[in-house]
Amino acid sequence: MSDLTVTPLPVPEPPAEGFTRREALILGLFALAGAATTSGCSSDQKAMDEFVQKHFKDLSPEELKTVLARMEKNLTKKYGKPVTVSATPAMEGVLFGYALDLSRCIGCRRCVYGCVDENNQSRDPQTHYITVLEMDKEKGVDLQDANAYYDHETVPAEGKFYMPVSCQQCENSPCSKVCPVGATWKEPDGIVVIDYNWCIGCRSCIAACPYGARRFNWGEPNIPADELNPVTEYLGNRPRPRGVVEKCTWCLHRVRKGLYPKCVEVCPVGARKFGNLLDPDSEIRYIIENKRVFILKEELNTQPKFFYYYGL
Amino acid sequence: MTGAKPAVGTVAASAKPAAALFPVAPPPFSDGVFPCSECHKPGDKVDRVPHKVEFHEDIVLHHDEKNRWCLDCHDAAHRDSLHLADGRLIPFTESYRLCGQCHGPTLRNWKAGEHGKRTGSWSGAKQYLLCPSCHSPHSPHFKPLKPKSPPLRQEAIK
Repeated sequence: MSDLTVTPLPVPEPPAEGFTRREALILGLFALAGAATTSGCSSDQKAMDEFVQKHFKDLSPEELKTVLARMEKNLTKKYGKPVTVSATPAMEGVLFGYALDLSRCIGCRRCVYGCVDENNQSRDPQTHYITVLEMDKEKGVDLQDANAYYDHETVPAEGKFYMPVSCQQCENSPCSKVCPVGATWKEPDGIVVIDYNWCIGCRSCIAACPYGARRFNWGEPNIPADELNPVTEYLGNRPRPRGVVEKCTWCLHRVRKGLYPKCVEVCPVGARKFGNLLDPDSEIRYIIENKRVFILKEELNTQPKFFYYYGL
Repeated sequence: MTGAKPAVGTVAASAKPAAALFPVAPPPFSDGVFPCSECHKPGDKVDRVPHKVEFHEDIVLHHDEKNRWCLDCHDAAHRDSLHLADGRLIPFTESYRLCGQCHGPTLRNWKAGEHGKRTGSWSGAKQYLLCPSCHSPHSPHFKPLKPKSPPLRQEAIK
Protein backbone atom coordinates (compact mmCIF):
# COMPACT_ATOMS: atom_id res chain seq x y z
CA MET A 1 0.00 0.00 0.00
CA SER A 2 2.63 2.53 1.00
CA ASP A 3 4.58 1.68 -2.16
CA LEU A 4 1.95 3.22 -4.39
CA THR A 5 3.30 6.21 -6.25
CA VAL A 6 0.99 9.14 -5.82
CA THR A 7 1.70 12.79 -6.29
CA PRO A 8 1.82 14.25 -2.81
CA LEU A 9 -0.93 16.75 -2.22
CA PRO A 10 0.02 20.10 -0.79
CA VAL A 11 -0.07 19.99 2.98
CA PRO A 12 -0.96 23.34 4.52
CA GLU A 13 1.27 23.02 7.53
CA PRO A 14 4.21 20.72 8.14
CA PRO A 15 2.83 17.66 10.00
CA ALA A 16 3.70 17.16 13.63
CA GLU A 17 6.56 14.86 14.45
CA GLY A 18 5.92 11.13 14.37
CA PHE A 19 3.23 11.24 11.70
CA THR A 20 3.48 8.82 8.83
CA ARG A 21 3.13 9.96 5.28
CA ARG A 22 -0.33 8.42 5.07
CA GLU A 23 -1.54 10.28 8.12
CA ALA A 24 -0.01 13.49 6.90
CA LEU A 25 -1.87 13.14 3.62
CA ILE A 26 -5.14 12.43 5.37
CA LEU A 27 -4.61 15.31 7.77
CA GLY A 28 -3.89 17.66 4.94
CA LEU A 29 -7.00 16.62 3.05
CA PHE A 30 -9.11 16.85 6.12
CA ALA A 31 -7.75 20.24 7.07
CA LEU A 32 -8.57 21.53 3.61
CA ALA A 33 -12.11 20.19 3.81
CA GLY A 34 -12.52 21.50 7.33
CA ALA A 35 -11.28 24.96 6.49
CA ALA A 36 -14.03 25.28 3.90
CA THR A 37 -16.79 24.79 6.50
CA THR A 38 -16.05 25.47 10.15
CA SER A 39 -12.87 25.70 12.07
CA GLY A 40 -11.42 24.91 15.44
CA CYS A 41 -14.43 23.50 17.29
CA SER A 42 -14.26 20.32 19.39
CA SER A 43 -16.57 18.23 17.19
CA ASP A 44 -14.08 18.78 14.38
CA GLN A 45 -11.40 17.48 16.69
CA LYS A 46 -13.46 14.39 17.53
CA ALA A 47 -14.14 13.67 13.89
CA MET A 48 -10.47 14.22 13.17
CA ASP A 49 -9.44 11.75 15.89
CA GLU A 50 -11.73 9.17 14.38
CA PHE A 51 -10.51 9.91 10.90
CA VAL A 52 -6.83 9.45 11.67
CA GLN A 53 -7.35 6.45 13.97
CA LYS A 54 -4.93 3.60 13.27
CA HIS A 55 -5.82 0.01 12.41
CA PHE A 56 -6.97 -1.90 15.51
CA LYS A 57 -3.89 -4.12 15.52
CA ASP A 58 -1.53 -1.14 15.26
CA LEU A 59 -2.97 0.67 18.25
CA SER A 60 -0.65 0.83 21.26
CA PRO A 61 -2.31 0.00 24.61
CA GLU A 62 -2.51 3.73 25.40
CA GLU A 63 -3.96 4.58 22.02
CA LEU A 64 -6.50 1.77 22.36
CA LYS A 65 -7.54 3.12 25.74
CA THR A 66 -8.06 6.55 24.24
CA VAL A 67 -10.04 5.14 21.33
CA LEU A 68 -12.30 3.05 23.61
CA ALA A 69 -12.85 6.02 25.92
CA ARG A 70 -13.77 8.22 22.95
CA MET A 71 -16.25 5.61 21.68
CA GLU A 72 -17.81 5.13 25.11
CA LYS A 73 -18.25 8.88 25.44
CA ASN A 74 -19.81 9.27 22.01
CA LEU A 75 -22.14 6.27 22.38
CA THR A 76 -23.19 7.23 25.91
CA LYS A 77 -24.11 10.65 24.60
CA LYS A 78 -25.90 9.28 21.55
CA TYR A 79 -28.02 6.69 23.39
CA GLY A 80 -28.46 8.57 26.67
CA LYS A 81 -27.32 5.68 28.86
CA PRO A 82 -23.92 4.33 29.94
CA VAL A 83 -22.36 2.27 27.17
CA THR A 84 -19.12 0.35 27.64
CA VAL A 85 -16.77 -0.55 24.80
CA SER A 86 -14.08 -3.11 25.67
CA ALA A 87 -11.42 -4.88 23.69
CA THR A 88 -11.26 -8.25 25.48
CA PRO A 89 -8.44 -10.33 23.98
CA ALA A 90 -8.86 -13.97 22.95
CA MET A 91 -8.31 -16.54 25.73
CA GLU A 92 -5.23 -18.75 25.65
CA GLY A 93 -5.74 -22.33 24.52
CA VAL A 94 -9.20 -21.72 23.14
CA LEU A 95 -10.46 -22.40 19.64
CA PHE A 96 -14.20 -21.97 19.44
CA GLY A 97 -16.48 -24.40 17.67
CA TYR A 98 -20.21 -24.54 17.11
CA ALA A 99 -22.60 -27.36 16.36
CA LEU A 100 -26.23 -27.35 15.28
CA ASP A 101 -28.57 -30.33 15.38
CA LEU A 102 -30.65 -30.24 12.19
CA SER A 103 -32.95 -32.97 13.47
CA ARG A 104 -34.05 -30.73 16.32
CA CYS A 105 -34.26 -27.23 14.82
CA ILE A 106 -37.93 -26.32 14.25
CA GLY A 107 -37.32 -23.06 12.39
CA CYS A 108 -38.93 -20.79 15.01
CA ARG A 109 -36.43 -17.97 14.41
CA ARG A 110 -36.00 -17.25 18.14
CA CYS A 111 -32.23 -17.24 17.50
CA VAL A 112 -32.53 -14.62 14.74
CA TYR A 113 -34.19 -12.05 16.97
CA GLY A 114 -32.25 -12.97 20.12
CA CYS A 115 -29.14 -12.21 18.09
CA VAL A 116 -30.48 -8.85 16.89
CA ASP A 117 -31.16 -7.75 20.48
CA GLU A 118 -27.84 -8.97 21.79
CA ASN A 119 -25.61 -7.71 19.01
CA ASN A 120 -27.19 -4.31 18.35
CA GLN A 121 -28.14 -4.94 14.75
CA SER A 122 -30.05 -2.24 12.97
CA ARG A 123 -33.84 -2.67 13.25
CA ASP A 124 -34.67 -0.44 10.31
CA PRO A 125 -33.06 -0.97 7.86
CA GLN A 126 -33.28 -4.58 8.98
CA THR A 127 -30.11 -6.60 9.59
CA HIS A 128 -30.15 -10.25 10.60
CA TYR A 129 -27.00 -12.32 11.09
CA ILE A 130 -28.87 -15.65 11.00
CA THR A 131 -30.82 -16.84 7.98
CA VAL A 132 -33.07 -19.82 8.69
CA LEU A 133 -33.53 -21.87 5.54
CA GLU A 134 -36.53 -24.12 5.08
CA MET A 135 -35.96 -27.19 2.93
CA ASP A 136 -37.79 -30.34 1.91
CA LYS A 137 -37.05 -33.45 3.92
CA GLU A 138 -37.35 -35.45 0.72
CA LYS A 139 -34.64 -33.49 -1.05
CA GLY A 140 -32.29 -33.05 1.88
CA VAL A 141 -29.84 -30.16 2.09
CA ASP A 142 -30.39 -28.39 -1.21
CA LEU A 143 -29.46 -24.74 -1.00
CA GLN A 144 -30.87 -23.93 -4.42
CA ASP A 145 -34.31 -24.97 -3.26
CA ALA A 146 -34.22 -23.32 0.16
CA ASN A 147 -36.70 -20.73 1.37
CA ALA A 148 -35.79 -18.15 4.00
CA TYR A 149 -39.13 -16.30 3.84
CA TYR A 150 -41.49 -19.03 5.08
CA ASP A 151 -44.29 -17.68 7.24
CA HIS A 152 -46.39 -20.52 8.63
CA GLU A 153 -48.91 -20.36 11.43
CA THR A 154 -46.84 -22.92 13.32
CA VAL A 155 -43.52 -24.65 12.74
CA PRO A 156 -42.19 -27.19 11.96
CA ALA A 157 -44.22 -27.44 8.75
CA GLU A 158 -45.13 -30.88 7.44
CA GLY A 159 -42.33 -32.42 5.39
CA LYS A 160 -39.89 -29.58 6.00
CA PHE A 161 -36.68 -29.19 7.93
CA TYR A 162 -34.75 -26.09 8.88
CA MET A 163 -31.14 -25.06 8.53
CA PRO A 164 -30.02 -21.83 10.18
CA VAL A 165 -26.98 -20.35 8.44
CA SER A 166 -24.75 -17.61 9.81
CA CYS A 167 -21.01 -16.93 9.78
CA GLN A 168 -19.18 -20.27 9.75
CA GLN A 169 -15.99 -18.76 11.26
CA CYS A 170 -13.85 -20.49 8.65
CA GLU A 171 -10.29 -21.42 9.51
CA ASN A 172 -9.45 -20.70 5.88
CA SER A 173 -11.68 -17.67 5.54
CA PRO A 174 -12.08 -16.27 2.00
CA CYS A 175 -13.58 -13.02 3.30
CA SER A 176 -10.49 -11.96 5.19
CA LYS A 177 -8.23 -12.88 2.26
CA VAL A 178 -9.94 -10.56 -0.17
CA CYS A 179 -10.20 -7.51 2.08
CA PRO A 180 -8.05 -4.90 0.34
CA VAL A 181 -7.30 -2.99 3.53
CA GLY A 182 -6.96 -5.80 6.08
CA ALA A 183 -10.02 -4.66 8.00
CA THR A 184 -11.17 -8.23 8.69
CA TRP A 185 -9.11 -11.09 10.08
CA LYS A 186 -9.23 -14.29 12.10
CA GLU A 187 -8.49 -13.93 15.80
CA PRO A 188 -6.42 -16.51 17.75
CA ASP A 189 -9.64 -18.05 19.18
CA GLY A 190 -10.89 -18.62 15.65
CA ILE A 191 -13.47 -15.83 15.43
CA VAL A 192 -13.36 -13.75 12.24
CA VAL A 193 -13.71 -10.11 13.23
CA ILE A 194 -14.02 -6.73 11.54
CA ASP A 195 -12.51 -3.39 12.51
CA TYR A 196 -15.57 -1.30 11.63
CA ASN A 197 -13.44 1.85 11.72
CA TRP A 198 -11.00 0.49 9.15
CA CYS A 199 -13.59 -1.05 6.78
CA ILE A 200 -13.94 1.00 3.61
CA GLY A 201 -17.25 -0.59 2.61
CA CYS A 202 -16.05 -2.10 -0.67
CA ARG A 203 -18.04 -5.30 0.04
CA SER A 204 -15.43 -7.59 -1.53
CA CYS A 205 -15.80 -9.83 1.52
CA ILE A 206 -19.54 -10.14 0.91
CA ALA A 207 -18.82 -11.33 -2.61
CA ALA A 208 -16.18 -13.75 -1.35
CA CYS A 209 -18.22 -15.37 1.42
CA PRO A 210 -19.79 -18.61 0.12
CA TYR A 211 -22.31 -18.64 3.00
CA GLY A 212 -23.93 -15.24 2.52
CA ALA A 213 -23.07 -14.46 6.12
CA ARG A 214 -21.92 -10.85 5.84
CA ARG A 215 -24.19 -7.81 5.97
CA PHE A 216 -23.65 -4.28 4.72
CA ASN A 217 -25.03 -1.19 6.39
CA TRP A 218 -26.56 0.50 3.37
CA GLY A 219 -28.36 3.02 5.53
CA GLU A 220 -27.73 4.60 8.90
CA PRO A 221 -28.23 1.77 11.44
CA ASN A 222 -31.15 2.40 13.74
CA ILE A 223 -31.33 0.90 17.25
CA PRO A 224 -33.92 2.18 19.76
CA ALA A 225 -31.99 3.51 22.77
CA ASP A 226 -34.01 1.44 25.25
CA GLU A 227 -33.22 -1.74 23.30
CA LEU A 228 -29.49 -1.08 22.97
CA ASN A 229 -27.28 -3.67 24.64
CA PRO A 230 -24.86 -1.36 26.46
CA VAL A 231 -22.17 -3.99 27.08
CA THR A 232 -20.18 -3.89 23.86
CA GLU A 233 -16.87 -4.90 22.33
CA TYR A 234 -14.77 -3.00 19.82
CA LEU A 235 -14.56 -6.02 17.49
CA GLY A 236 -18.04 -7.23 18.34
CA ASN A 237 -21.42 -5.74 19.06
CA ARG A 238 -20.72 -2.02 19.38
CA PRO A 239 -23.11 0.01 17.21
CA ARG A 240 -21.75 0.12 13.68
CA PRO A 241 -21.59 3.19 11.45
CA ARG A 242 -23.23 3.39 8.04
CA GLY A 243 -21.22 2.05 5.11
CA VAL A 244 -19.42 -0.83 6.82
CA VAL A 245 -19.76 -4.61 6.79
CA GLU A 246 -20.76 -6.61 9.84
CA LYS A 247 -21.49 -10.24 10.70
CA CYS A 248 -21.88 -12.80 13.46
CA THR A 249 -18.95 -13.01 15.90
CA TRP A 250 -20.40 -15.85 18.00
CA CYS A 251 -21.22 -13.14 20.54
CA LEU A 252 -17.57 -12.29 21.05
CA HIS A 253 -18.54 -10.02 23.96
CA ARG A 254 -20.09 -13.01 25.74
CA VAL A 255 -17.91 -15.98 24.78
CA ARG A 256 -14.64 -14.27 25.71
CA LYS A 257 -16.08 -13.91 29.21
CA GLY A 258 -16.98 -17.61 29.31
CA LEU A 259 -20.68 -17.28 28.46
CA TYR A 260 -22.57 -19.14 25.76
CA PRO A 261 -23.57 -17.17 22.67
CA LYS A 262 -27.06 -15.70 22.85
CA CYS A 263 -28.49 -17.97 20.14
CA VAL A 264 -27.48 -21.03 22.19
CA GLU A 265 -29.37 -19.70 25.20
CA VAL A 266 -32.55 -18.66 23.40
CA CYS A 267 -32.98 -21.83 21.32
CA PRO A 268 -36.15 -23.46 22.74
CA VAL A 269 -35.23 -26.95 21.52
CA GLY A 270 -31.55 -27.02 22.51
CA ALA A 271 -30.38 -27.51 18.93
CA ARG A 272 -27.39 -25.19 19.29
CA LYS A 273 -24.13 -26.26 20.91
CA PHE A 274 -20.97 -24.33 21.59
CA GLY A 275 -17.59 -24.88 23.16
CA ASN A 276 -13.83 -25.11 23.00
CA LEU A 277 -12.53 -27.42 20.28
CA LEU A 278 -9.23 -27.80 22.15
CA ASP A 279 -10.91 -29.12 25.30
CA PRO A 280 -11.43 -32.90 24.93
CA ASP A 281 -14.19 -32.84 27.58
CA SER A 282 -16.27 -30.13 25.93
CA GLU A 283 -19.71 -30.87 24.52
CA ILE A 284 -18.58 -29.74 21.08
CA ARG A 285 -15.87 -32.39 21.08
CA TYR A 286 -18.37 -35.01 22.26
CA ILE A 287 -20.59 -34.16 19.31
CA ILE A 288 -17.80 -34.24 16.74
CA GLU A 289 -16.56 -37.55 18.08
CA ASN A 290 -19.94 -39.25 18.53
CA LYS A 291 -22.30 -37.77 15.94
CA ARG A 292 -22.25 -37.68 12.18
CA VAL A 293 -21.27 -34.06 11.63
CA PHE A 294 -20.82 -32.28 8.34
CA ILE A 295 -19.72 -28.83 7.28
CA LEU A 296 -21.37 -26.65 4.70
CA LYS A 297 -19.73 -26.52 1.25
CA GLU A 298 -16.84 -28.69 2.34
CA GLU A 299 -15.53 -28.77 -1.23
CA LEU A 300 -14.51 -25.10 -1.02
CA ASN A 301 -11.89 -25.86 1.63
CA THR A 302 -13.01 -22.96 3.79
CA GLN A 303 -12.76 -25.22 6.85
CA PRO A 304 -15.71 -23.91 8.85
CA LYS A 305 -15.78 -24.34 12.62
CA PHE A 306 -19.56 -24.59 12.41
CA PHE A 307 -20.71 -28.21 12.35
CA TYR A 308 -24.15 -29.43 11.38
CA TYR A 309 -25.31 -32.84 12.52
CA TYR A 310 -28.31 -35.10 12.91
CA GLY A 311 -28.67 -35.98 16.57
CA LEU A 312 -31.60 -38.34 16.15
CA MET B 1 -25.02 -9.02 29.61
CA THR B 2 -25.30 -11.75 32.12
CA GLY B 3 -26.22 -15.09 30.66
CA ALA B 4 -28.22 -16.62 33.48
CA LYS B 5 -31.86 -15.74 33.17
CA PRO B 6 -33.91 -16.24 36.32
CA ALA B 7 -36.52 -18.24 34.40
CA VAL B 8 -34.01 -20.97 33.68
CA GLY B 9 -33.35 -21.52 37.34
CA THR B 10 -30.17 -21.64 39.30
CA VAL B 11 -27.77 -24.36 40.29
CA ALA B 12 -29.81 -26.63 42.50
CA ALA B 13 -28.36 -27.22 45.93
CA SER B 14 -29.54 -30.78 46.23
CA ALA B 15 -28.96 -32.89 49.29
CA LYS B 16 -27.98 -35.90 47.18
CA PRO B 17 -24.35 -35.96 46.09
CA ALA B 18 -25.34 -37.65 42.82
CA ALA B 19 -27.45 -34.68 41.82
CA ALA B 20 -24.61 -32.23 42.38
CA LEU B 21 -23.02 -33.50 39.17
CA PHE B 22 -25.91 -32.11 37.21
CA PRO B 23 -26.96 -28.66 38.37
CA VAL B 24 -30.53 -28.65 37.18
CA ALA B 25 -33.27 -26.07 37.28
CA PRO B 26 -36.12 -26.85 39.71
CA PRO B 27 -38.83 -29.22 38.46
CA PRO B 28 -41.57 -27.35 36.56
CA PHE B 29 -44.58 -28.21 38.71
CA SER B 30 -47.98 -26.91 37.68
CA ASP B 31 -49.42 -24.43 40.16
CA GLY B 32 -50.94 -25.97 43.23
CA VAL B 33 -50.22 -29.65 42.59
CA PHE B 34 -47.09 -30.13 44.67
CA PRO B 35 -46.58 -31.46 47.29
CA CYS B 36 -48.85 -34.35 46.34
CA SER B 37 -49.08 -35.37 50.01
CA GLU B 38 -51.32 -32.36 50.57
CA CYS B 39 -54.16 -34.51 49.24
CA HIS B 40 -52.78 -38.04 49.08
CA LYS B 41 -52.37 -39.23 52.67
CA PRO B 42 -50.24 -42.25 53.64
CA GLY B 43 -53.21 -44.26 54.89
CA ASP B 44 -55.29 -43.81 51.73
CA LYS B 45 -56.59 -46.92 50.01
CA VAL B 46 -54.78 -47.38 46.70
CA ASP B 47 -56.25 -49.16 43.69
CA ARG B 48 -53.22 -50.43 41.82
CA VAL B 49 -55.11 -51.59 38.77
CA PRO B 50 -54.74 -48.98 35.99
CA HIS B 51 -57.93 -46.94 35.84
CA LYS B 52 -59.08 -43.48 34.90
CA VAL B 53 -58.30 -40.97 37.65
CA GLU B 54 -61.06 -38.54 38.38
CA PHE B 55 -59.28 -35.56 39.89
CA HIS B 56 -56.37 -35.13 37.46
CA GLU B 57 -58.51 -34.87 34.36
CA ASP B 58 -56.32 -32.18 32.80
CA ILE B 59 -53.52 -34.70 32.46
CA VAL B 60 -53.79 -36.57 29.18
CA LEU B 61 -51.33 -39.43 29.10
CA HIS B 62 -49.80 -39.65 25.68
CA HIS B 63 -46.59 -41.45 26.53
CA ASP B 64 -46.82 -45.17 25.83
CA GLU B 65 -50.26 -44.96 27.44
CA LYS B 66 -51.24 -48.48 26.38
CA ASN B 67 -48.61 -49.98 28.64
CA ARG B 68 -48.17 -47.46 31.39
CA TRP B 69 -50.06 -45.40 33.90
CA CYS B 70 -49.55 -43.05 36.89
CA LEU B 71 -48.07 -45.45 39.41
CA ASP B 72 -45.36 -46.68 37.04
CA CYS B 73 -43.49 -43.47 37.85
CA HIS B 74 -45.31 -41.90 40.81
CA ASP B 75 -45.04 -43.75 44.10
CA ALA B 76 -48.26 -44.64 45.87
CA ALA B 77 -46.70 -44.98 49.33
CA HIS B 78 -44.41 -41.95 49.09
CA ARG B 79 -46.44 -39.45 47.14
CA ASP B 80 -43.82 -36.70 46.97
CA SER B 81 -41.32 -39.00 45.29
CA LEU B 82 -40.96 -40.91 42.08
CA HIS B 83 -39.70 -44.46 41.88
CA LEU B 84 -37.48 -46.34 39.50
CA ALA B 85 -38.54 -49.64 37.95
CA ASP B 86 -36.83 -51.53 40.76
CA GLY B 87 -38.75 -49.59 43.39
CA ARG B 88 -35.99 -47.25 44.54
CA LEU B 89 -37.35 -43.82 45.43
CA ILE B 90 -35.96 -40.72 43.76
CA PRO B 91 -36.83 -37.05 44.26
CA PHE B 92 -38.44 -35.04 41.48
CA THR B 93 -35.15 -33.15 41.09
CA GLU B 94 -33.54 -36.33 39.77
CA SER B 95 -36.28 -37.34 37.37
CA TYR B 96 -33.68 -37.80 34.61
CA ARG B 97 -32.74 -41.11 36.26
CA LEU B 98 -36.30 -42.26 35.82
CA CYS B 99 -36.55 -41.12 32.19
CA GLY B 100 -33.16 -42.66 31.43
CA GLN B 101 -34.44 -46.15 32.26
CA CYS B 102 -36.10 -46.26 28.84
CA HIS B 103 -34.28 -43.40 27.08
CA GLY B 104 -30.74 -44.56 27.79
CA PRO B 105 -28.90 -43.00 24.86
CA THR B 106 -30.76 -39.73 25.45
CA LEU B 107 -29.67 -39.67 29.09
CA ARG B 108 -26.09 -40.34 28.01
CA ASN B 109 -26.23 -37.47 25.52
CA TRP B 110 -27.89 -35.21 28.06
CA LYS B 111 -25.13 -35.84 30.57
CA ALA B 112 -22.53 -35.04 27.89
CA GLY B 113 -24.35 -31.83 26.98
CA GLU B 114 -25.48 -32.94 23.55
CA HIS B 115 -29.16 -33.40 24.32
CA GLY B 116 -31.09 -30.48 25.76
CA LYS B 117 -30.20 -26.91 26.41
CA ARG B 118 -27.43 -25.72 28.66
CA THR B 119 -27.09 -22.13 29.72
CA GLY B 120 -24.46 -20.21 31.64
CA SER B 121 -20.78 -20.68 30.90
CA TRP B 122 -19.25 -22.88 28.21
CA SER B 123 -16.06 -22.98 30.31
CA GLY B 124 -17.48 -23.12 33.83
CA ALA B 125 -20.72 -23.27 35.80
CA LYS B 126 -23.67 -24.14 33.61
CA GLN B 127 -27.31 -24.89 34.18
CA TYR B 128 -29.07 -27.97 32.89
CA LEU B 129 -32.78 -28.37 32.45
CA LEU B 130 -34.61 -31.39 33.77
CA CYS B 131 -36.35 -33.52 31.12
CA PRO B 132 -39.82 -32.22 32.16
CA SER B 133 -38.67 -28.61 31.70
CA CYS B 134 -39.00 -29.16 27.95
CA HIS B 135 -40.98 -32.40 27.58
CA SER B 136 -44.18 -32.80 29.52
CA PRO B 137 -43.69 -36.23 31.10
CA HIS B 138 -47.31 -37.09 30.34
CA SER B 139 -47.12 -36.00 26.69
CA PRO B 140 -43.47 -35.54 25.81
CA HIS B 141 -43.66 -34.68 22.14
CA PHE B 142 -42.82 -31.03 21.36
CA LYS B 143 -45.76 -28.83 20.55
CA PRO B 144 -45.55 -26.70 17.38
CA LEU B 145 -44.56 -23.04 17.82
CA LYS B 146 -45.47 -19.86 16.02
CA PRO B 147 -42.35 -18.71 14.18
CA LYS B 148 -41.08 -15.15 14.49
CA SER B 149 -41.55 -12.94 11.47
CA PRO B 150 -39.60 -13.69 8.29
CA PRO B 151 -36.85 -11.34 7.14
CA LEU B 152 -37.79 -8.53 4.79
CA ARG B 153 -37.49 -9.41 1.14
CA GLN B 154 -34.86 -7.48 -0.72
CA GLU B 155 -37.43 -5.76 -2.89
CA ALA B 156 -39.22 -4.50 0.23
CA ILE B 157 -36.13 -2.64 1.45
CA LYS B 158 -36.18 0.98 0.37
